Amino acid sequence: MKKIISILVRNKPGVLSHVAGLVTRRAYNVESIAAGPTEDRKITRITLVVSGDEKVLEQVVRQIQKLVDVIKVDGIPHESAMTGELALITVSLPRERKSELMNLVSLLGMTVKTIEKDSITLQVAGSAQRVDSAINGLSPFTIKSMARTGLVALPLGQNGEGADPFP
Amino acid sequence: MHDKPPAAAGPPPPKGTITGAQAVVKFLLDRGLKTVFGYPGGAVIPLYDALYKSGVRHILARHEQGAVHMADGFARATGSVGVVIATSGPGATNLVTGLANAHMDSVPLLAITGQVPTTSIGSDSFQEADIYGISIPITKYNYLVKNADELVESLAEGLHIARTGRPGPVLVDIPKDVQTSYLKYGEPNEIRLPGRDPGEPPSEAAVAALAEALERSQRPVFYVGGGAVAAGVAEDILRLAEGSDAAVATSLLAKGVFPDGHPLSLGLPGMHGPKYSNMAINESDLIVGLGVRFDDRVVGDVRRFAPFAKIAHVDVDPAEIGKRLQVELPVAGDLKLVLKALQGELKPGPKPRWRARVAELKKKHPLQAPESPEVVKPQKLVSLLSEAAGEDAIFVTDVGQHQMWCAQFLSVKKPRRFLSSGGLGTMGFGLPAAIGAALGAEKLQVVAVCGDGGFQMTLQELACARQYDVPVKIVISDNGCLGMVRQWQQFFHKRRYSETIFQFNPDFARLAEVFGVPGRRVEKPRDLPGAVDWLFQTKGAALLDVFVDPEENVLPMIPAGKGQTDFYEAET
Repeated sequence: MKKIISILVRNKPGVLSHVAGLVTRRAYNVESIAAGPTEDRKITRITLVVSGDEKVLEQVVRQIQKLVDVIKVDGIPHESAMTGELALITVSLPRERKSELMNLVSLLGMTVKTIEKDSITLQVAGSAQRVDSAINGLSPFTIKSMARTGLVALPLGQNGEGADPFP
Repeated sequence: MHDKPPAAAGPPPPKGTITGAQAVVKFLLDRGLKTVFGYPGGAVIPLYDALYKSGVRHILARHEQGAVHMADGFARATGSVGVVIATSGPGATNLVTGLANAHMDSVPLLAITGQVPTTSIGSDSFQEADIYGISIPITKYNYLVKNADELVESLAEGLHIARTGRPGPVLVDIPKDVQTSYLKYGEPNEIRLPGRDPGEPPSEAAVAALAEALERSQRPVFYVGGGAVAAGVAEDILRLAEGSDAAVATSLLAKGVFPDGHPLSLGLPGMHGPKYSNMAINESDLIVGLGVRFDDRVVGDVRRFAPFAKIAHVDVDPAEIGKRLQVELPVAGDLKLVLKALQGELKPGPKPRWRARVAELKKKHPLQAPESPEVVKPQKLVSLLSEAAGEDAIFVTDVGQHQMWCAQFLSVKKPRRFLSSGGLGTMGFGLPAAIGAALGAEKLQVVAVCGDGGFQMTLQELACARQYDVPVKIVISDNGCLGMVRQWQQFFHKRRYSETIFQFNPDFARLAEVFGVPGRRVEKPRDLPGAVDWLFQTKGAALLDVFVDPEENVLPMIPAGKGQTDFYEAET
């Protein structure tokens, strides 16, 4: 089972080390971790995607809540979260297949970041599913390198606040 | 020797400012943290300069590990925060074991380390170690103070974090240039940490549910832990237990919270607890955990722990509730507040049948104390020490067989009178922790009971005890081996005593003499009572090396991961 954990933390040096360290120390499985500022400069939001059984996930949430810099933790089930992710993908581009690729790019809803002599860098943003399908859709071509941000999330319908931490 | 600091080169300090190092000392004095333990080094020279004739009592250990265990023993004995200072690099890394030890047992410590100057951090400079990164998993919180303006605020917040909620060690790493920078010392604002309020009242519904369960229970057991020591609730627990006829098991860290010898006392539960303790838990219909971790050495096989009981768990740390066991009645909150609320709710009823059953179990399955005219039995040694030291003494143990015999046979009736490394099981804890305890609780007799293995890990602190005339009584339960591991090898590894027998040990009594501490050795049971008298009558520190039966085992024993009544039947 997968769970999205949305964490508001004090924007202090080392806070990401504290969160990441906790997760590895207790041997939880992390799918992704993403951090960035919120509407308040003093507060950072960290989005963790972890997998494990219900009991493990409940422990993850409680152990994170215990960290001094953590202000609030929400464990969000996948179905009640707004999620988004961004990926940059560099694909090698044989000259003769350029139009084939460009068709695919528009079909998959991607945008072009840069074009080099024999490669092209694309961007896709949206749900994790959308990013996955874009990457799969590029399989006829050779992906040279790729970077994904990991999922960021907000709980649905509550303006990001007040979700039950132990749903 | 100069008493005044030499005039600094360079521009005079801005008016109304002091150095970072002076700010640390001012902070310690202002907060009443007048005893600190430490060891100087290059990166803390400015701090030690500020400490010089400052009014802070600095205890010079002989190793940073000794210093941090002293601060730990000081904190456990007094209930205040223990302070330890070490230099950068090796000084800081030598604190690691002691920090992990305090973290596991939730002991409030403030560790102050020097760091290389901010301009050198990250360049692998001389005596640089990333103690901030190293100490993340073994502290409650930690700081790397990069700017003098953040120094006092970090110290104040760190101290607050160390002693509120579930206590724990906090480390503040201060680069050398921050110690020498000038700052305006202002009282920091009231500390408010968003997202946490340890004084929050417990849920009324949860307390009411617990009260109802307690009223309905026919066979209640309180399982009390170190949280009860931190919360200072020994009297509340005594009243509640007597009012509801609950039997009370005390974890290793809680020994003394409930008086040993009380008709309702079950002593230590778990692996080396008396049979009656585990049998009572096994028969109970309600286990109420009070500030306790349900540690694996107590619970054993999770599926077979207290099979007929509902589990209630009161803890200030919500993450502890349900960590190992399924808990039907969770109550998150400060133990003092919860017990107060509980007393308001509860209509206690006597349970004479349970009281009688507990008495019967205790009578039928007592701890066995073997006797011998030939060789000193360690259990006997512990009982003798307990009688000789009296009820007000503080016993500090090291780790291993003697620790379990102390847990079994010392009679302790008050909290903070039995100090032991519980969660981490740190050999070498005993002597330095006892020194710290004696410096904190100066009116009480402190007795350190160590094995010959653990004693050799930190014995250099005899010099510290001697230097400050710390009147600690040191007893070595000397079996010439690493007894606990040897016992496991005997039981589970066909007596293949791999590296657990010391082929050589020093003469500890003579060794003590070299350190200026009077020492004696006892080899025969008949000489023991006289030697114990000598120990307590000798002024100041003294050491007794007692040869005990090397074949003796800690019994009863429930092997790791087994059920509550799977007592190991040792061949005799």
